[in-house]
Amino acid sequence: MKYDIIVVGGGHAGCEAAHIASFMGKKTLLITMNKKNIADMPCNPSIGGTAKGVIVRDIDALGGLMGKIADKSHFQIKMLNSKKGPAVRSLRCQADKIEYPKNMLKALEETPNLEILEGMVEDLLVENNHIKGVVLKNKETIYSDALILTTGTYLKSNILRGSIITEGGPHGEARSNHLSDNLRRLGFTIQRLKTGTPPRIKASSIDFSKMSEELGDKKYYTFSHDNKPTYKLEEQQKCYLIYTNELTHQIILDNLDKSSMYGGYVTGIGPRYCPSIEDKIVRFKDKERHQLFLEPESTHYDEWYIGGFSTSMPEEIQEQMVHSLQGLEKAIITKYAYAIEYDAIDPLELKPTLETKKIEYLFTAGQINGTSGYEEAAGQGLLAGINAVVKLNKKDPLILKRNESYLGVLIDDLVTKGTSEPYRMLTSRAEYRLLLRHDNADLRLREYGHIYGTITEKMYQNYLKRKKEIEELKEFLNQTKLELTEETKEKFQEKGFHLPPNKTTFLELLKRPEITIEFLNTRKEIPFSEETKEIVSIDIKYEGYIKKCEKEIERMLKLEEKQIPYDIDYNKVKNLASEARQKLEKIRPLSIGQAARISGVNPADISILAVYLKKEYANE
Amino acid sequence: MDTTIASISTALGSGAISIIRLSGPDALNIVNQIFKGKDLTKVESHTIHYGRIIEGTEQIDEVLVMVMLAPKTYTMEDVVEINCHGGIATTNKILELVIKKGAHLAEPGEFTKRAFLNGRINLIEAESVSDIIEAKSNKQRTMAMNGLNGRLTNIVKKLKEDILNIIANIEVNIDYPEYEDAIEITPNYLKEHLQSIEKNMELLLSNAKIGKIIKSGIDIAIIGRPNVGKSSLLNALLNEDKAIVTDISGTTRDIIEAKMNLNGIEINLIDTAGIRETEDIVEKIGVNKSKKMIDQADLVLLVLNNNEELTKEDKELLQEIQNKPHILFINKTDLPNKLELESKETIVKGNTTNLNGLEELKQKIIEMYNLDKIEEKDLTYLSNVRQITLVNNALENIQTAIQDAEKEIPIDMLEIHLRNAFDELSILIGEKYEDELVDKLFKNFCLGK
Repeated sequence: MKYDIIVVGGGHAGCEAAHIASFMGKKTLLITMNKKNIADMPCNPSIGGTAKGVIVRDIDALGGLMGKIADKSHFQIKMLNSKKGPAVRSLRCQADKIEYPKNMLKALEETPNLEILEGMVEDLLVENNHIKGVVLKNKETIYSDALILTTGTYLKSNILRGSIITEGGPHGEARSNHLSDNLRRLGFTIQRLKTGTPPRIKASSIDFSKMSEELGDKKYYTFSHDNKPTYKLEEQQKCYLIYTNELTHQIILDNLDKSSMYGGYVTGIGPRYCPSIEDKIVRFKDKERHQLFLEPESTHYDEWYIGGFSTSMPEEIQEQMVHSLQGLEKAIITKYAYAIEYDAIDPLELKPTLETKKIEYLFTAGQINGTSGYEEAAGQGLLAGINAVVKLNKKDPLILKRNESYLGVLIDDLVTKGTSEPYRMLTSRAEYRLLLRHDNADLRLREYGHIYGTITEKMYQNYLKRKKEIEELKEFLNQTKLELTEETKEKFQEKGFHLPPNKTTFLELLKRPEITIEFLNTRKEIPFSEETKEIVSIDIKYEGYIKKCEKEIERMLKLEEKQIPYDIDYNKVKNLASEARQKLEKIRPLSIGQAARISGVNPADISILAVYLKKEYANE
Repeated sequence: MDTTIASISTALGSGAISIIRLSGPDALNIVNQIFKGKDLTKVESHTIHYGRIIEGTEQIDEVLVMVMLAPKTYTMEDVVEINCHGGIATTNKILELVIKKGAHLAEPGEFTKRAFLNGRINLIEAESVSDIIEAKSNKQRTMAMNGLNGRLTNIVKKLKEDILNIIANIEVNIDYPEYEDAIEITPNYLKEHLQSIEKNMELLLSNAKIGKIIKSGIDIAIIGRPNVGKSSLLNALLNEDKAIVTDISGTTRDIIEAKMNLNGIEINLIDTAGIRETEDIVEKIGVNKSKKMIDQADLVLLVLNNNEELTKEDKELLQEIQNKPHILFINKTDLPNKLELESKETIVKGNTTNLNGLEELKQKIIEMYNLDKIEEKDLTYLSNVRQITLVNNALENIQTAIQDAEKEIPIDMLEIHLRNAFDELSILIGEKYEDELVDKLFKNFCLGK
């Protein structure tokens, strides 16, 4: 059997990779250990969140599935940071753990050119540093021209609760025992990472009367610009907020050495930004309580997730901990929390296309690359899929820049800085986030989708239509003048706004920080959609800030343009610090800009390198 | 660097000892070939050796040779220093010898360039080194040393840290919107913290002005109509006859400069040609130069004649200096008063004949520049235009952020100013790679293969 592309693993990365590769016309095979686990959500029951919500929109703009499937599969949605500022707003939905995988599987099954096979991959076929295919556990060989590994946390994974260590992946699934050894044999640096998940509780055993409600927004949203909302506002499910207390903290402190983490049973490195509850209590000793979020996992079964309560305590201590919480005194734990350790490859092994440097046509995406999170995985899967296809087609790769997408930031960080803990996207990682907003994802990326053939004609037309509307609204605001009627004057005085001269345009008025487009709408109706109004008023109101950001980008791009030949011999660059030389040799940055972002390569090294390039390649 | 460079690193001709310094991979070999004494390739690093410099059989000088092996040297390369006897001929001869043996004559600043390229010093330290080399007074040297040992770097680092703290708090607010753990960033919180950063930056900048004074002194232009006694004032202040004084108007036709010392600060006195309408070509050139000096000087000393009424030309000059720091010196108080001034100008009265009012004049200058308050021990100043510009840019960003906080602009927008300020300071201490700067720096160095 022979395929153009094989994708190994059916998680969020694998689904996007397999879908986009087949959409782009390649005969694709998705190999998963268990079809039931396609697009599984083994941790939190939500998609999106700060920065992550923008990633979902970026994926959607490029033709990925996550946003469209999430729109069909959630029971609550809200816009985070809506009060903070436009650059950091982000959607998050509570995704149904039954509906989301079901809808994803359906979408994959409907994708032409795509086959799904149940099986476990044990080894890779490699000839002359080219990938040739895979060997399954039953020794069957399947050939392909390119391969995308998206094995998630299943490489030699261990589940830990206290001192009990069980071999296996999430849900007690079989782990992959040989693949990471074989990768190591092929010369890859393998690292051990750790993450964890909180306990699940039976809904009927929870006393909700003692908890405060967390509701969805009273406004319709969709992740995908191509979708209309299919849910009903009033049918959104509630989540709840509770707190840890003195007793919880005492139980944890008394039993600290029984946890896998503090008992010394964990060898992997966990994420700092997503600490276990024992970590939080040890690190923030003077905090009297920590917030916990109770979220339903699905409308199809009655299990709830305790967000913020991830732990690696033994089961009997988890019982005590859960029962110490208000409203959970009689709670029945349906699944105990656990920590999981797994093998991942060092992302410095990767090119910015997510192809490995050591083996041509081998791509990796998702947790195997050291990231954490469904969205981060999906985004990598999508780009690995696109880049595998264009490589087979001998076309230029799609490498998104840091000023174009959170996915550009994600991949650049991974392949430039590496990661020693599971990497999660944060808005603070994106220095140009004023431009990387959820409201302009399609404007940033759909042209790429069109050029690379990753989106349908319909999706392209939707984008062109939206672009046109934006221009029309700008024109409308420029043409519309405020009549200073007595009523208008009163409204301004009521709000404490400074009175503008008569016939000031709406565009000018919108530049004032205090005047919103909603306020102007009360003076004269602005007949455009909410989304269009949002993006246009951000553009107008924050023009100065956006310009400042663009100026910085210009500076950055100038350094990106200074390219470094991939085969440069760093031994010939005299006087580099030895740490810098090692890092540069390993990472092989494509530009001075990328080189400057490598930790351990200081500005003096960069100037030496810049001077060397000028000298050596001046005449080319 | 593949080559070995050499130069005379002490001022030529002055002092009893001269030092020839070599840096590079062959430094040791080169000196060893002309040194009669121990085999220098076998000695330990950072040791001094007595011996003779020879050319063939001829003995050139008795010397001490200091051997410092990489990497613990100024350039992080092998460095050898030959201490010889200070005569011009001997020193030049030794330099010639090492060049004959393969060393290249170092370009100005090349040792420092190597120290920078090899990562031994950062950019701000490299700048300080050239300041030390140029330093003329004690205060200048202290200031340059402070730059070198990183005091300025430390101050800037502290500022960066303060800004970073605010940025970090903003980030936590944004990335974890539903968690109460982080302090909520309110406009007041921002204002309070940013204003303290603003104050520290302003202090750094106002100190920079003092820094400039210490480094380059104060340029004082003495101006006035012909024959009001400008040159006499110059001579009286200097206590010597530097300028030719006659009672013929227009005697001083060019600019005469002289230096004096006030509280340890160099004062550059510039005597100018008297300013008047004139047909005399030579005098006219002088007059134009004088007018230019008004623009260039730090302080203008306008001399008026007590014995005459204010003329049209006086009034024009008064007008011209209104936007410059200035002092009026009313000369010839030994003659009857005919001059009337209505303004609130800083005025000193006196006469050069009896040397009246000169101490008062000096005191006024000291007060104006707080020269009595400049202390040697704490001279941490930004010392060049590039540094001052960067701190100014950072300050402007902080000030914009404060205004934004007052207008309640969202924190994610306002934060861009903080990031910019942070970047400017990083560039200042060489912690951020800046293309233009490196280009500029290397423009002055030869980049041939």
